[in-house]
Amino acid sequence: MSDVRKLTVAALTRVEGEGALRVRVVDGKVEIAEFNIYEPPRFFERLVKGREIREVPDIVARICGICPVAYQMSACHALEKALGIRVTPEIDALRRLLYCGEWLQSHALHMHLLDAPDFLGCESGFTMPPEHAPFLERGLRMKTIGNQLISVIGGRAVHPINVTVGGFYKAPSGADVRGMLPDLEWGLAAAEATVAQVSRFEFPQFSAPHEYVSLHADDDACREYPMNHGRVVAVAGGHTTLDIPVADYATHFVERQVPQSTALHCLIEPGSRPYCCGPLARMATSRHQLPPRAAAAAAACGIDWPTDNPFHGIVARGIELVAAFEEAVRLARGYRQELSVPRVEYRPQPGAGCHATEAPRGLLYHRYRIGDDGLIAEAVIVPPTSQSQARVEEDLKAYLPTVLDRDDAEATRRCEHLIRTYDPCISCATHFLRIERHSPGRPS
Amino acid sequence: MRPRLAVYKFASCDGCQLQVIDVLGRARPHLGELAELLDIEHFLEARSRIGAGPYDVGLVEGSVSTPHDIERIKEIRQQCRFLVTIGACATAGGIQALRNWGQIDDFLSAVYATPAYIDTLATSDPVAAHVKVDFELRGCPIDPGQLASVISAFCVGRKPRLPGYSVCVECKERGTVCVAVAKGIPCLGPVTQAGCGGICPAHDRECFGCYGPDRQEPNLVSLTGFYERHGANRDSLGRLVQSFNAWAPEFRTEHDRLSGDAP
Ligand code: SF4
Ligand code: SF4
Repeated sequence: MSDVRKLTVAALTRVEGEGALRVRVVDGKVEIAEFNIYEPPRFFERLVKGREIREVPDIVARICGICPVAYQMSACHALEKALGIRVTPEIDALRRLLYCGEWLQSHALHMHLLDAPDFLGCESGFTMPPEHAPFLERGLRMKTIGNQLISVIGGRAVHPINVTVGGFYKAPSGADVRGMLPDLEWGLAAAEATVAQVSRFEFPQFSAPHEYVSLHADDDACREYPMNHGRVVAVAGGHTTLDIPVADYATHFVERQVPQSTALHCLIEPGSRPYCCGPLARMATSRHQLPPRAAAAAAACGIDWPTDNPFHGIVARGIELVAAFEEAVRLARGYRQELSVPRVEYRPQPGAGCHATEAPRGLLYHRYRIGDDGLIAEAVIVPPTSQSQARVEEDLKAYLPTVLDRDDAEATRRCEHLIRTYDPCISCATHFLRIERHSPGRPS
Repeated sequence: MRPRLAVYKFASCDGCQLQVIDVLGRARPHLGELAELLDIEHFLEARSRIGAGPYDVGLVEGSVSTPHDIERIKEIRQQCRFLVTIGACATAGGIQALRNWGQIDDFLSAVYATPAYIDTLATSDPVAAHVKVDFELRGCPIDPGQLASVISAFCVGRKPRLPGYSVCVECKERGTVCVAVAKGIPCLGPVTQAGCGGICPAHDRECFGCYGPDRQEPNLVSLTGFYERHGANRDSLGRLVQSFNAWAPEFRTEHDRLSGDAP
């Protein structure tokens, strides 16, 4: 008689968005491992059709309140390519500084409030016992500094209003930007302390070979840890498996709809390979571009990069916190309001363009076509979560056998942790997790 | 006993919930006050433990857009003594309410290859279209300061008081030169509820109404008429009022009038 075991998490908690987990194990073999997204669709690609070019950054920001800057950046660059305009180096530097703010708040939030509780054995960042208060407070302060940086440049922390195609509506004052320096310098040291602390967490023993995808910027045009620029690169097992300009993205990546989800699964061709993006992927492709203190933190943390253990995500995020603070300090020091023409003007005209940037959770690809009337005729947006989703399911299948000796509650909790470590931005759903054990023939 | 707080999500971007986390987690120095005033009993995004209802205050983010959502919001209403919508999605249907003008099938096929899989309503509705709402907090996203004062008001059993004036007043307060008068930029500041601090005009751009219509009978017809007489394009004005609060009655009516859809 075969033994059937089902694990269900109808609503995942401490994730951004609505998602569920469904697992079915027969005689110790994993038959189904699904990570479902049931966030109701909001149809953004359709919503921007017929809108003006200048409205797009404000509209697509609303796809995600946690990474609105990423959506604004991918949209602006794609539309600038469609219009054939280039921003100045000063605007480009200010955009990178703004993006640093978003990485800071998003990574600090995920690490301290969503992911760390699993390692520390608590159910929430808000209810961490007092011995973890210094860790939590440092994390919340880093998050607040990220928010302030976005506000100084973007006008407010969630859905900045100062970003536009061609640059910014208004250049922030030099005094305001440089006024961030004491906090940013504090944050740099704080982030280093956090990396040292999270790298001592006890990581579940698990490794699954991954194919990692991210932008990679290492040529004369641009050499930096990737945010706004770069080629799309994939690596697996120490080898480069893909290296293409963003313009060729659509010929190498396919999106497929799966019945249980409202998000599309994204795969690399040929072979429909699942892949992973985000901090672990950027560490795999671009760790040699990390600024010096982040590179030192990466070398000292005791993990060999690239890693095949997804639970190391919290350390990769910490290293990127160091990198974002370090870059922010450099860029804020160099900022001169007088040098900055806030934006490059354009005339609406027909054209098409695509671009990808690195959202905190990974590659974010946008493509737009502008019609003869100067309005948006077509939009394609591929967010990071749908790209990593197939990979998360593969990982669940590989991870499950290692936790099946636990009771249902613990096995389920561990699966949830695996999903959370990817920082899926879905806005999670039901909150109960249920494991049913039954044998065929008996009612389930 | 301390008031028990619940936070819920419907179709949304999470931006308003992030402001809730910000207010609760701005913690320690300030959290002090708020977190000591209440217990967070149900907040999937922030904690795994879920305390059983009923709750004293329920904050709802997001619009109602599936058959299941309708059932869920009715249950939530029964669980919460005070129900507060947070943000443009919950209060007015959000940017996704643009679909309310169009054909849902057209929207589905624009995004998903196999539309049959997607279980969805033809419209994105404000929460108040389905249940009674005790207070509507506006903004896309909501302002953390306003949120803090609404939560603390309900915690002590007082009705929240928020500014009843427009963004224009905030511009005057901060000394911003009027973008409509000085630069000829069509701006919704005169008809939009205050709360953001007037940040868009302070950045040399128009207010696009993300805090929704002013509570004091905003006169949109005369405002857009003024912009039209000064050379603004009618279609463009129609788009201006059709964004994050497009389905709010005042903005919706004006959009339809401008586009000639109105009776
Ligand atoms: S109102 Fe705006 S910020 Fe709030 S959830 Fe909706 S889209 Fe996001
Ligand atoms: S000025 Fe208008 S559009 Fe800008 S944040 Fe304020 S209410 Fe929203």
